[in-house]
Amino acid sequence: MSHDEDSVGYMTSVSRPVKGCAGNTGEWRIFRPVKDDEKCNNCLLCWVFCPEASITKDTLEIDYQYCKGCGICEVECPTGAIVMVKEEKR
Amino acid sequence: MVSFKDLPEEELFLAGSTACQGCPSSLALRIAFKALGSNTILIVVASCTSVLQGSYPLSAIDLPLMNVAFATGGASASGVVAGIKALAKRGELEEEPTVLVWAGDGGTYDIGIQSLSGAAERGTDFIYVCYNNEMYSNTGTQRSGATPLGAWTTTTPGGKAQHRKDIAQIMIAHRIPYVATVSLAYPLDFYQKMQKAKSIKGTKYIEMLAPCPPGWKFPSSQMIEVSRMAVQSGMWLLYEHEDGETRFTGATKRMIEGKVKKKPVKDYLEIQGRFRQILASPEGQEAEDMLESEVSESIRRLQGWVPEYI
Ligand SMILES: Cc1ncc(C[n+]2csc(CCOP(=O)(O)OP(=O)(O)O)c2C)c(N)n1
Ligand code: SF4
Ligand code: SF4
Ligand SMILES: [Mg+2]
Repeated sequence: MSHDEDSVGYMTSVSRPVKGCAGNTGEWRIFRPVKDDEKCNNCLLCWVFCPEASITKDTLEIDYQYCKGCGICEVECPTGAIVMVKEEKR
Repeated sequence: MVSFKDLPEEELFLAGSTACQGCPSSLALRIAFKALGSNTILIVVASCTSVLQGSYPLSAIDLPLMNVAFATGGASASGVVAGIKALAKRGELEEEPTVLVWAGDGGTYDIGIQSLSGAAERGTDFIYVCYNNEMYSNTGTQRSGATPLGAWTTTTPGGKAQHRKDIAQIMIAHRIPYVATVSLAYPLDFYQKMQKAKSIKGTKYIEMLAPCPPGWKFPSSQMIEVSRMAVQSGMWLLYEHEDGETRFTGATKRMIEGKVKKKPVKDYLEIQGRFRQILASPEGQEAEDMLESEVSESIRRLQGWVPEYI
């Protein structure tokens, strides 16, 4: 099933599953996780522990549209590959 | 042995939900759905999860989902299971779906206990997960039967005076086929216990400690660390109960066998704001001692300890 916001185009009595049902939750962030691919050993811990399903399994990329900046990935990464950096004013 | 590589990539809990940063229920749903797969019907009991699942017309969960009243987790599951059995009898189902109830500690320890108890006694074929954040988080952090002694909530401003109850033991007393406790710091143990629950017929009860960053007053980045410390200090014991026997599992098993040293309960209390009041008060030491005794008593009980009468 498509999870794009556009797929919710018609009225139905049943809710439709979509990404971003609270909007672009990336806007909540105060700190942004920045990943250094050189240091990453592909252990997948950040992917497993991200409560927001905002890291992809295959490429370990962070989806900044939805990442809420909780900081769990930084704390749990064993190699120090993820660092939380203050967001610029938006 | 299962490894992280074996966990399915597909996400049935979708990014961009209304959950707080570092929400334990979100992470738990993600992992539970990976273990159970898409042929699952979810029943959400009134709680924070009723909010983070999304509101009409949008849903953050890509599964058939029912939102039910606070006291009705067990009863709702009974109805859904009866419907599934009727469809299966008529040959209208290729594969029977797994029925999963997701409820908080308020909806389990206090308000849903009779409904859950009835469903368990009837042997209803479903998995009941209690995500225990030890308070009524959704309505602003009031005390529940799961709140530990000494913990601050809005209704226990000086720290709770009573011990928490041990509901997993109450579920074991129902003689259901599977009871297990899990922790988010040990996701593979959680994943495997969910898969095992799925493979067993009858009522399965799984309980997870769910450290709530705003409610317990710690930074969201520490959610896994607080979960881990709960297990390492013995304040949350990992075990499973099957065929009349209780087995410690994972990190708790290693601790009981003496392979790793148990950490003091104080180390766990100090990393959360909700114990600040009690630790700073004249009763701080007594509360700490009482919690240490609670841990020893829980371990003895799980080991089959029978009290001696004179
Ligand atoms: C009968 C009834 N009383 C009160 C409420 C309001 N209410 C909704 S969620 C909630 C708290 C639930 O606490 P818990 O089960 O521990 O889940 P949590 O919010 O902590 O995730 C309350 C009191 C309700 N929905 N129904
Ligand atoms: S936790 Fe760190 S090392 Fe492991 S995959 Fe993620 S970024 Fe890479
Ligand atoms: S900061 Fe939190 S939400 Fe963002 S990618 Fe890391 S774990 Fe996921
Ligand atoms: Mg709760």
